[in-house]
Order: sequence, then structure tokens, then C-alpha cells
Amino acid sequence: VTAELELRRGWVGEELAAEFPELGLIHVTRPIARWRSPRTVKERLKVMSDRFTGAKAVQVRQQPVPWAYRVFFRQIGIDPDDRRTPPEAAALERMRAGEFTSRNLLDDALVIATVETGVPVLAYDGERMDGDIGLRLALAGERLGGDGRDLRGGEIVVADETGPMAVLFGDTGARHGANTATREVLLAAVQVKGVPDVSVEEALWIAADTLAEAD
Amino acid sequence: MALNPKGEGRAIAELLATPAPGVFSPEVDERAARRSLLDQIAKLESELASLFCSAYPRTGFDWRVPSRGGPRILSLGELEAIRDELADRLEDNRRELSERALVEEHNRRLIEEMLLEPEKHRWVRVGNCDIGEPGCKHWHVRPRWGLLGMLMGWWRVRISSGCPLAMGRGPAPRPRHSST
Repeated sequence: VTAELELRRGWVGEELAAEFPELGLIHVTRPIARWRSPRTVKERLKVMSDRFTGAKAVQVRQQPVPWAYRVFFRQIGIDPDDRRTPPEAAALERMRAGEFTSRNLLDDALVIATVETGVPVLAYDGERMDGDIGLRLALAGERLGGDGRDLRGGEIVVADETGPMAVLFGDTGARHGANTATREVLLAAVQVKGVPDVSVEEALWIAADTLAEAD
Repeated sequence: MALNPKGEGRAIAELLATPAPGVFSPEVDERAARRSLLDQIAKLESELASLFCSAYPRTGFDWRVPSRGGPRILSLGELEAIRDELADRLEDNRRELSERALVEEHNRRLIEEMLLEPEKHRWVRVGNCDIGEPGCKHWHVRPRWGLLGMLMGWWRVRISSGCPLAMGRGPAPRPRHSST
């Protein structure tokens, strides 16, 4: 079991906080020593696959926490039937592939946390952050990750003090994405209206705990 | 305030936004209206999710409400448009589900009648999809002993055993090896 986690609450831009007062970004940084999933994590995915039936997949959108993200998607102009919320995307992938397929330790940790709690957990390269991170609206002319694609302005982005790192629930700047060279990963959970603190904390705990799993 | 290219979903507030010369226009706080619209969207989404689960496993429903190029903060007009489209989608799908439920009820009754008097429903076939159930099971009125049964009027309902096995029956055929 992971030792006490130091969860931090990121800042939320003024305009965004006025529109969505309950919006939050809770994050924690954890070391990642290996990329390959250990046997225990693969077994956990298998057990989850066995428990996750078709009927359960259909009902995901009616469960309070995944539903809250579905509503949030609507409210920020995303059709959740077109671009799935992470809990629904995981459920759909489970139905399509017949199981929760193991990819690598980080992706597996995110899937386990998302499916168990319904809270989407995002991951970035923890060593490339400049200062504290938070959510805000992009400014016109800003670039994703500093040197990535142009943002048209107004998009909700995950940003550090230097600039936007990723579009919320969208693409991540190449500089900030976690990859096999990443030694420290920043796990972030987005909290929206209707999602209790305990669910968000549990999601981050599960993800951090899974990253610490060893053979 | 940004409008989408089609200019659809313009709020009354936006249409009235251009003031006539010399007319004093007071500052309007949209926050209460926005909050109300966000709550309405949440409520409609809840009802739509519930309807989606009720409609399963039936297919052919349209659940999509076009996206607005998010993630971003939407204008009041865009929120109104989403609210209206969700309401329309909910109404359309409710009507569709209600009509299908009526047909399905009729088909369930038909199955009972087929079982009671098969000779009056010759060759009629009703499947699970006709009664809103998952699976491939079907009820089929067929003559017992083929042509003889047809001539003698010996009709019965055959109930299929469900979907074919994904892997087929028995062991997989041996691969053929070439002799060269």
C-alpha cells in the first residue's frame, strides 16, 4: 500500500471558477520506476474484466459519478456520445476488446482507477512542470506545450505557470505527455459538480497504488 | 459572445444586444440564467441517460446532440441550443420507444396466440428483437414432419435455442497440410 499521499488542489482560473464553482484539479506526483505492467496488475485487470458485464457497461452513464462527467461534457460543448467520457470509453473498450487489455503500467493504472471510481485520472510528465498546475481558459495565440499546435483561445486547458500543457480531456502537448523516459508522473483528477472529494481521492490513491505495484 | 458559424441558437439576449443610438442599456448579469441553463442541461441529460438504459438493447435511436467545439465556456445562446436539442432528442426518443413498446406488446401477445393455436398462425416467426429482448431466440410456427404435417394440419411452434455459438460446435477442424 502506498504511503500517505500528498494530494494538492490546483488553481482554477477566475472565469472558469465563476462558471463552474465546483470544478477542481487534484493532483499528486509519483515516481514510476518501470513501464511494463507486473503480473499482479494484469490479474487485477482480468478480475475487473470478469466483473464488468455488458449490462454494467450500459448502465455506466446512469451511475452518479460517470453521469456527472457526462453532464460536464455537455456543459462545456462536447457531445459525450461522440467523444466519450473516460469511464464510458473504458467500458466501451472492455466490450469491444472483450477485456480490459493491459498496455503498460501507467495506462493500466489509469484504467483501473477510472473504472473503479468513475473519476477520470490524467497523467503528465511530472518533471516537466513549471510551478503549480491548474485549469484555465487558453488565450488566443497560445501554443499547446509551448511549441505545439496553436490554440484558438477560450479552450479549457490544463496549464502550469509557463503555459497550456493539455486541452482538458483532449490532446496533450508533446513535451508534457508521459512516456517511457518519464521517471516521475503527475496524476491529476478533474473534479466536477456531483463528484464527492472521497471519489477523487480514491481514484488518485488507486492510480498511485497501482504504479507502486511490483511483481 | 461567440456564435457558431450557422448562427443557430442565438439567445434573445444576443438578438437584443445591439442598442439603438441614445438608448441606455443596463448591465445584465447573465449568471443566474447561465446557472439555470446548466441545471436544465444536467436534468435533461439525466433523463436521457435513463431513457438510454430503458431502450437497451433496442437499436436505431439517435442519441447524439452535436458538440459545440468544446471544451470551452459556451455562450448563453449555445447553452439554450443544447438545452433545446436535448429536450427534442428526449421527446423524439420517448415517442419512438413508446411506439416500439406498443408493437412489442402486440408481438408478445402474438407469441401466446401462436402457442395456443399454431394452426391459425402458419409460418409466422417472431424473434427476440421483435419483443425488445436481447439474443437470437425466436418462435416459429412450422408443420410437424414437413410436408406430411402440412397436409395433415399438424402445426407446432418451434422455439430456437438461442444464438449460434461463437466458436461453433465441437473441436476446430484440423488444418490442412500440403504434401509438398
